[in-house]
Formats: sequence, structure tokens, C-alpha cells
Amino acid sequence: MDERGLSVRVAQQVPVPLDAGFDCAPGELLALTGPSGSGKSTLLRCIAGLERGARGTIACGGSVWLDSDRRVNATPQARSVGLVFQHYALFPHLSALGNVQAALGHRPREVRAVRARELLASVHLAGLEQRRPSQLSGGQQQRVAMARALARDPQALLLDEPFAAVDRVTRQKLYRELAELRRSLAMPIVLVTHDLDEAAMLADRMCILYRGRTLQIGTPQDVMMRPADALVARLVDLRNVFEATVRGHEPAQRRTLIDWHGVRLEVAHAPACAPGTRVNWTIPVSGIVLHRRDRPSRGEHENPVSGIVGECITLGDDTTIGIRVADADHALVTLRVPAHVARRNGIAVGVDARVSLLADAIHVMPWREMRAAPDA
Amino acid sequence: MDWQALTLSLKLAGCTVAILLPVGLLAGRALAWRRFRGRRLAEAALALPLVLPPTVLGYYLLSAFGTRGTLGRAFEALAGHPLAFSFAGLLVASVIFNLPFAIQPMQRAFEAIPADVRPAAACCGMSPWRIFADIELPLAWPGVLSALVLTFAHTLGEFGVVLMVGGNIPGETRTLAIAIYDRVQAFDTRAAGLMAAMLLVLSLIAIAIAYSTQWRTEPARG
Repeated sequence: MDERGLSVRVAQQVPVPLDAGFDCAPGELLALTGPSGSGKSTLLRCIAGLERGARGTIACGGSVWLDSDRRVNATPQARSVGLVFQHYALFPHLSALGNVQAALGHRPREVRAVRARELLASVHLAGLEQRRPSQLSGGQQQRVAMARALARDPQALLLDEPFAAVDRVTRQKLYRELAELRRSLAMPIVLVTHDLDEAAMLADRMCILYRGRTLQIGTPQDVMMRPADALVARLVDLRNVFEATVRGHEPAQRRTLIDWHGVRLEVAHAPACAPGTRVNWTIPVSGIVLHRRDRPSRGEHENPVSGIVGECITLGDDTTIGIRVADADHALVTLRVPAHVARRNGIAVGVDARVSLLADAIHVMPWREMRAAPDA
Repeated sequence: MDWQALTLSLKLAGCTVAILLPVGLLAGRALAWRRFRGRRLAEAALALPLVLPPTVLGYYLLSAFGTRGTLGRAFEALAGHPLAFSFAGLLVASVIFNLPFAIQPMQRAFEAIPADVRPAAACCGMSPWRIFADIELPLAWPGVLSALVLTFAHTLGEFGVVLMVGGNIPGETRTLAIAIYDRVQAFDTRAAGLMAAMLLVLSLIAIAIAYSTQWRTEPARG
């Protein structure tokens, strides 16, 4: 762990239970995601020192902000953080310039105005310095909040759902601006968001939080494609999560064989799972290939399963198809194809369909009781 | 026109406002944000002067100020004269019966500050004192000003409590409101009318100030 990075290990019971931890390297953007009420914002407020009750350790940039064993618990003023609040929390009686200057108390008085103007220019707000927050649009207010957070020359930048309160077009623009701004920022950045697409698009790594606990930390690709268990799979909105039993391994072919309610599947080699153990497995919608009716399709011999179409929903250019696999206890396998492909193959509710589950796309996970569905 | 009574009234109102400004800021801020045991009880007790008949409040204050009351005895030992029927006694009574007029508007003003604004100021590195002076006070100022104006106007007009605790001593406890009553009793309707008009004008100015601060702070919606 780089000493200039942010290291967080905290636990508390009230007001929101937390038992979470992560590290964020300098220049890295870590997204804290999870369903509403999972403690994302509370964790962020712990880091900023606004939530005072947590135990554990928080260190950043070589300074210790929290160490409950040594009775260290620095005030927000003594922690060098820049925090962008969900609704920005701008000072309504001050101009954009005044808002940014308020966070420049650590610099000599004579340079504050110049520095505040520079920061506002860096977030594309030159010319609007004298406007009050009520005279700015949502996107402009967010930029002022960002400039104010950076004004403190923070050792960590914390963003609490900064894109939730703006319209879609503005949000896309702000995403690009953040990506651009990041290139000049050397501190760890923590972004709280409930939007998985946003997290996947902006973050270097994601941290999945559920009921205050860290479930998995990894690159967006890793977390979305290779969830740690079935709960994470559900939380990242994977549709195809099933149970199976491991039959055996074929190391030479780099394959593991599993039994899915009587259907034999070949999956990517998962040596950690001993034969006979119960597992969960998942496959992204992109890992399922619909067989064409007129001629053979790519990968047709790989885990072919057939069933009856139970769901067929076209949204925009894509059709989501749910196939009930009779051999596998009528489990519902969901895949997505371009709408014209679904049309050409005559896919409709009630017709027979055949698909292949690509072995390399199947991810096997340790078994977890899934009856208690996540309250997402 | 009893100029002495007018001066006394203005002095009493000014002193009351001067005492209730810090008291109101501290109490209003605490009631707005602190969560402590007995907070509701404290709020209810502070609202009591609004509903209590002035003569009842005056009666209890007079009992406390008398030489048999602890407060009255302590004051007499220190100052050498009784608290009842003195300007000091009148001021103590005035502060007490004005508590809700000063504290409640200030409490509402602090409560109206958006929840994350103070944490945001702390995250900007501002010290608690700077947060109070640069963020909280400017945002709560219209409410604070209207509290002070209401207190001022209310003190000028208070009659029952003043009569009970202060009596009618010229230059010491005879306020404008008492002087009007006094003149009416003596069938001097001209003087009474003049002083009543004076109180009416002062009250109108106070109300105008209180309302204009609220108009100015109506947020622009965008």
C-alpha cells in the first residue's frame, strides 16, 4: 500500500452498521457501490470525519485520521479532504467565487481570489464567478462544488453521488469532465454511486458494499463478470445465477464439469471447487449464443441447451429473451440479442429455442444460500 | 407627551434586545441542532410566556423579586436596593417575558439552514467560529433581525407585567404604555392620544422591518 494512498478499516453499530474497508491508491478512482441503505454515504462521511462514532483506522497521505485504539479521531478540519456532497451543499449566500474562496483558508489572503478564479476556470465556469448558487444550473452547481472540494488541496477527494441530481445530458458531460480532470489529480478519489454503469465507466476499481459490509473489491470487469458469490452477482444485476454440483475436473482441457440439475456443463477450469461440492454459477447475457434455425451457429457444440421461450421483451434495439430449460428444473436462462435477430429467428413466447452457454463465460462461485434476496 | 417615559421605554427595549441577542443565538442554535434530553420540555417552558396572562407572570416575578424571594434577597444584598419596583427588576422581567419572541424566530432561522451546509463548511477547513460567523449567522440573519425587532416592539408595548413588577415610578419604571394608562385615568386624552400614536408608529416601523427582511430573503427559484 502506497503511503500517499487512502486506507480505510472501520466498524460501527449505530446509526448505520458498518464493517468495511478498502485501500485506494494515489490517482486511483474507487467506486463505492451498493443498494440504497448499504452504508455508502455513511462510510464516506466517516472518512471525512463527519460521522464521529466509528472505530478502526483511517490513514491518508501519511497522516492518521482515525485510530480508535490510540484515541486518534481528527476533526473534519484537520483531515485534508475535499468532499462533494450529494446536493452540493453550496453556501447559498455566497457567490461561486466566495464558495471556492471559503475553502482556501490555508493559503495567504492575497492569493485566494486568484486561486479561486483558476479553479473555477478549470471546471469551465470562467465568467460566472459572481453568480449565486440559485442563479446556476444543476451542472454548474456541481462544478462549483468540485472546485470548492479541490480548493483545499486535499489528500483525498470524496464524491457522494455527484451526478445523481442532474439530467442525463448534463451527466454525460460531467462524466467526460471528471475523466479529463482526473488526469491532473494525483490524490485517491472515492466515488459513491448506486449506478453500476457509472461505476463501471468511471472507476479503476469497484467496492461492493451490502448492509455496511465490503463484499468484493476489484476492477469493474472482474466484479461484473467474476462476482465473488451469488449475492454480489445479484447486486451487480447479473440475471443468470444458478446452482450446480461439481462433477470433476479435466485439467488437460482446462475445463471443469458441473451438473446443473441434471444438465452436464463444461465450464472454465475452477480447480478450487472439489468434486461433489455445491456451487453457484453465472453467465453474462453476452456469453449466451442463440442458435440459428437455418444454419449452424458459432460455438454450437458448446454446452447446448434447449427450452421454451418464457419471456420476450424488446426494448429499443435489443430483445431480452428468457428461455425455460425443461431439463434443468425449468430454470430461466436470459440472453440478449439484437431485435432483428430475434425477429429473423421467429422468437416469441411459447416457441422452442436452442442456445449455447459459452464455457469460458461461465463463472463458478462458492455456494451461498440465495433465498434471502438482496433488497436492491 | 411624557418624554421621560418614552426614553425609559426605549432604554428598556434596547437593553432587553442587547441581552436577548446572545441568549437567543445560543439557545436558538442549541434547540435547532442539538438533541438532548428535555429538549421538548425546554421548548415548552420557553413558550409559556406566550400563553400565560401577563398579570400571572408579573405576580410570580414580583414574588421572586421581593425580599422573601431568593433572587430578590440576593439582589438586595449586592445592589443595596430591592429588585422589585426598580429598572433592573423591570429589565429582568422584560428579558423573561420576551424569551419566546427572541428565541423562537432564531431557532426557526437556524433550522432552515440546509442540513449539509455546516458539514460542508467543516470540510472546507473552516473553524467552528468561522462557520458561525461566515456561514450560519449570515444565513440566519433575517430570522435573527426579525426576532430582535419583535422583541423591541413587544417590550415597548408590554403593560401587565411592567405594572405588576415595576409599578408607576417616573424615570424608574414608568414606561410609555404605563404613562398612557396614567393619562387616560387623569382624563388627559390629548397626551394619551399623542403617546398612543407614537407607539403605533414605532410598532408599524418594527413590523415593516421584520417583513422586509423576510421578503428580501425569499429564495430565487431556478
